[in-house]
Amino acid sequence: MAAHGDRHLTTSLTAPDMSRPTKPGEDIPARQRWMAVLAKASPDRIEPLWNEIPDPPGWQFVRPPESGMVMVRARAGGTGQRFNMGEMTVTRCAVRLDDGTVGHAYIAGRDRRHAELAAVLDALLQDETRRETIENAIIAPLAAAQQAERAAVARKAAATKVDFFTMVRGE
Amino acid sequence: MYVAVKGGEKAIDNAHRLLAEERRGDPESPEVSLKQIDQQLSHSVDRVMTEGALYDRELAALAIKQARGDLVEAIFLLRAYRTTLSRFGASEPIDTAKLLIRRRISATYKDLPGGQVLGPTFDYTHRLLDFSLVDGTEPEAAAESDGDPDTPMPRVVDLLNQEGLIESEDADDDTPVGDVTREAMTLPADRDVRLQMLARGDEGFVLSLGYSTQRGYGRNHPFAGEIRLGEVEVDFTPPELGFPVTLGEITVTECQMVNQFAGSATEPPQFTRGYGISFGHCERKTMAMANVDRALRARDLGEDVSAPAQDEEFVLYHVDNVEASGFVQHLKLPHYVDFQSELDTVRRLRADAQARQAGVAAE
Repeated sequence: MAAHGDRHLTTSLTAPDMSRPTKPGEDIPARQRWMAVLAKASPDRIEPLWNEIPDPPGWQFVRPPESGMVMVRARAGGTGQRFNMGEMTVTRCAVRLDDGTVGHAYIAGRDRRHAELAAVLDALLQDETRRETIENAIIAPLAAAQQAERAAVARKAAATKVDFFTMVRGE
Repeated sequence: MYVAVKGGEKAIDNAHRLLAEERRGDPESPEVSLKQIDQQLSHSVDRVMTEGALYDRELAALAIKQARGDLVEAIFLLRAYRTTLSRFGASEPIDTAKLLIRRRISATYKDLPGGQVLGPTFDYTHRLLDFSLVDGTEPEAAAESDGDPDTPMPRVVDLLNQEGLIESEDADDDTPVGDVTREAMTLPADRDVRLQMLARGDEGFVLSLGYSTQRGYGRNHPFAGEIRLGEVEVDFTPPELGFPVTLGEITVTECQMVNQFAGSATEPPQFTRGYGISFGHCERKTMAMANVDRALRARDLGEDVSAPAQDEEFVLYHVDNVEASGFVQHLKLPHYVDFQSELDTVRRLRADAQARQAGVAAE
């Protein structure tokens, strides 16, 4: 970790190399899941978990954190013709571990540290020898917290559900 | 015409210093934080994101603070900021059927799977000023009951259209998506462009136009088929990955209006639809937007175009408050030469008129 700032300076001057080792049989749904959990997690939650990781890897930026936008599309009537409803801020980052694995992050918002941590973790999680450790130490607790928040939203909404009753006149 | 006028730099600098001091207000009172604006003036943030057409709660809160709470000015600031950012691409279309529902009501069907969920609403409040907020009070915690975030909440219009009496909205993903931020709008505009313009359009203008359709100017008798509020994931496919990744969640409000329609030469009698959507919780805006969307479909449905809300040139060229505000407010810029020449013309006309009158009197 200590050296990555220096390497950032050199790599940022060269064109980003986005190529990654193709991995036949790569489990894309699993990767989408952990990338989603990392994107939805607040960086304040990721950082302390990250700090507990034993032997963090060496890595360098392939693409230093960069903030931009993605145009959010919706559909007329929810299911029909596509249209552009407006943009959202997004920060992206790509890193390469010392073993060559490339990790990517695309996260809502402008938090560069969030994108950096998400990209490093994406790379680590692709390493099958480390996946279970990282999954248990970082992804599982973040996912559990997100599910708990969703459940709380659903419980509060459910308490505002209308119970209709029918007035019966006469017998 | 106006010509460049030099001078006034010192006055402008000092005017901005005065603005900064007045923006801060009484230094004895605590300065408002972006977090406070985001959390406690959340509907202001929602409106600025929707009409600024950029979802970023912190930037919207900053714009509101800088604009001293002037939301149209804040929208302008956000629109200006977005021009400094590059665009990575367009998202997959959001799927509002998968909203984590915080509010969901229908005025057309009472008994829905999933039920009528009121959520955090101003509806049914008495609109009496609440003086307990003057000094601040801790609210009672929200009630909770059994609810599962993964319970499907199908859209009312999709669910209850088994008879086919409501028109269906079918995807056509081969058609390119128009974008008014990239290409100048041309008329006639397709529905994708109309919906984009309405989504980023001024709430007040859209509200008044939507209201006008209900009062008889392009009457199409709307029912609120469904209004829903909640969080939805946004997915984006980075070219270097080749598969969609979730960027995060955004809050949206969606309104599906269902409208009476007697049929036309080309369409059978059925209920037609109007659609409204916003970032955050902008319920009034989405309802009005759905009314205007339906009114603007008049031409497509073979209806007479007679009312202002049905006139897409009128609606689309006046709906954007950044453009409207800019053009109205440019009248403040120096027009000294312009006005001087008008003054000369009026003086000459008046002199001519007086000369003619003098001539008539002399005869």
